[in-house]
Amino acid sequence: MIRPIATTRSATGVPTGRLAVWWVIASEIVIFGGLLGGYVMHRLGHPDWANQAANTNTWAGAFNTFVLLTSSLAAVLGHQAAEKGDGKKAANFLYLTCLGGLVFLIVKSIEWTTEIQHGMTITSNTFWSFYYTAAGLHGLHVIAGMVIMLFVAADAKKNKELQRVENIGIYWHFVDLVWIFLFPLLYIAK
Amino acid sequence: MSGPAADTHAPDAHAPHGDHPHHPEEGFIKKYLFSTDHKIIGFQYLFTGMAMALIGGFTVYVFRMQQAFPGLSVPGWGRVTAQDYNGLVTTHGSVMIFWVAMPVLIAALGNYLIPLMIGCDDMVFPRLNRLSYQLFLLSAVILIFSFFVEGGAFGGAWTSYPPLSARAEYNLTPKGAPLWLVAVAIEFVAFLLGGINFVTTMMNSRAPGMKMFDVPILVWMIVIASILFMASVGPLVAGAVMLLFDQTIGTGFYDPVRGGDPILWQHLFWFFGHPEVYVVMLPAFGIVAEVMTVFSRKKLFAYKTVLYTAIGTGVLSFFVWAHHQFIAGIDPRMANIFGVTTLLISIPVAEMMFVYIATLYGGSIRLAVPMLWALAFISEFLLGGVTGIFLGASASDIYFHDTYFVLAHFHYTFVPIAIVSVFAAVTYWFPKMFGRSMNETWGKVHFWGTIVSFNFIFIPLFITGARGDHRRIFDYTHFPDLMKSGMQDLRILATLSLVVMLSFQVIFLVNYFYSMFRGPKVGPNPWRANTLEWHAASPPPHGNFPVLPTVYRGPYEYSVEGREDDHWPQHLPN
Repeated sequence: MIRPIATTRSATGVPTGRLAVWWVIASEIVIFGGLLGGYVMHRLGHPDWANQAANTNTWAGAFNTFVLLTSSLAAVLGHQAAEKGDGKKAANFLYLTCLGGLVFLIVKSIEWTTEIQHGMTITSNTFWSFYYTAAGLHGLHVIAGMVIMLFVAADAKKNKELQRVENIGIYWHFVDLVWIFLFPLLYIAK
Repeated sequence: MSGPAADTHAPDAHAPHGDHPHHPEEGFIKKYLFSTDHKIIGFQYLFTGMAMALIGGFTVYVFRMQQAFPGLSVPGWGRVTAQDYNGLVTTHGSVMIFWVAMPVLIAALGNYLIPLMIGCDDMVFPRLNRLSYQLFLLSAVILIFSFFVEGGAFGGAWTSYPPLSARAEYNLTPKGAPLWLVAVAIEFVAFLLGGINFVTTMMNSRAPGMKMFDVPILVWMIVIASILFMASVGPLVAGAVMLLFDQTIGTGFYDPVRGGDPILWQHLFWFFGHPEVYVVMLPAFGIVAEVMTVFSRKKLFAYKTVLYTAIGTGVLSFFVWAHHQFIAGIDPRMANIFGVTTLLISIPVAEMMFVYIATLYGGSIRLAVPMLWALAFISEFLLGGVTGIFLGASASDIYFHDTYFVLAHFHYTFVPIAIVSVFAAVTYWFPKMFGRSMNETWGKVHFWGTIVSFNFIFIPLFITGARGDHRRIFDYTHFPDLMKSGMQDLRILATLSLVVMLSFQVIFLVNYFYSMFRGPKVGPNPWRANTLEWHAASPPPHGNFPVLPTVYRGPYEYSVEGREDDHWPQHLPN
């Protein structure tokens, strides 16, 4: 496909791809905003949910927070390498970021398995419904981010489309940020 | 505005060799089914929307026949059961909003017109654009498929309130309900992708020299509407996932017995649902601005006022949603606040209408078919707006809530938006889209037949509503109080007018498709309009312009003093 001239124009001075990523994030913010807003309203009306929340594994959540934040650092370093035109290095940092996402998902699945084995499933109580829905939706975003990142890294390795390293990084920081909200709301608030 | 102002753009736009779009010819399938050309994608949305409008029209015909003649075997359907009735009403509402108004007003016009009107060769993300249409088509297919599953199409109304929508033992559509929800959710994703494309294209790809206030109002309106959609639909996406879980795996998000809350859905739904009204309204106002200036040969009375007012309306539209819950058990103090914001929002809308009337004042008005539709939009929408005041005031809404008065009110807003303004657009841009013109006389016959019968449908329903007709009743013969004093005659009048209105659409369809192939050929600019799309050939080729234009002035410079020609196209240096 021939790229239209429209794609190469930049009347705002912000490259088109990055501009679109910001709009994607804007629309994602309201999705999580609606879900978490609904959860917070419910939580305020049900102080008894604290007993349920006490069953979440705060240490596992804290470890995952650390892992995800560290992976974001790798994404930043990847961006820095891409700015310098070093596609190979940028790709390696993106793989490292993906590794962080993978560790996050593994810890998450161990947590969920334990909880489900102890009878805390998505249908057992509305707290757990929110817990699995919110964390699950976030998990899907982690997976989507990793898949896109692998494609971007494959291109970056050949020094192609290096601007995408920054774009996927912005998205990854957003996924990170959502977790920063989820962690205290679902794990810490007891 | 005067003089070239090309400094606002990236250097590539000035490169002498960089501005000639090269687009090879493609085969039929690639060209029409898997095209990434914004104009073809616009047509795909337009024709899918028109096909869905036939479904919306057919369903309303069936259930209105049941209202007028309860128990009658409706020609083309048969006897309408209560379950059928629920499915038909739900389908009519969902189809008309999500699969007609949205795709035609935003997606079809946005895709076709934005790149042409801002002077570039395509959308910034052509493949994302194609994906957006494919997802939209998938959503329409899923919805149509749901008519044929066990239990039939979803029957919980287009607002889909739980517990009715959440529990199969209440709505009796165990498969139709989740399919409806999935179809709506996919459709939202399609429009999110489209919206991101529209906003980014408008922000980044304007022709050299086109400053913010040189952008045609319609483009602004579609962009503002896309942003409103983006900012409002998120909570409903989350809410839809929750409702889907309630329906399919047995969670209790909306079940008070299990710690949930059914009102939460109403908040999530209307936090989207009310801005959605303005999402479709703003493009309609945009169309009217384009048509009115051309056919009154006058500059738009107050460009910046319209723009700022539209933005103001958009912002305010996020603070009115709870007027749908006045009797759902919300705090009365809350109802006061939302009553005030609801009444406030009529101010910017009225302001836009005054601007348009002021545009007409002293112009050389030509009552061509698009202009008739534009004028009808203003006058009919006015009735919709004025009756909204009764519903926004929380005290009178307690009486009017869920009556036919409400129904007539929102049809007086939605029919002008989704039907009247769309006809204005379709007839106005027809010469651009197909290089031919439509028959003017049959266009006027269609216009008068549609507008007169439209009023005869909904004025009677205002009356029955004010007298107490509830919206969700399948057979009024069970309610002797509502059968007195000519109430049934009014219902019959509304139904017959509907049949008349629907039959007049045949004239339009024949005129439209005949003219597409046999209408008299016209040049690139038959209306003598200023905006850039009229500078391209009719129909525009792939790539739109032989050389991408540069813009020298605003879009509405008509009848400029001291200039012999009464229009002054945006791309002419002088």
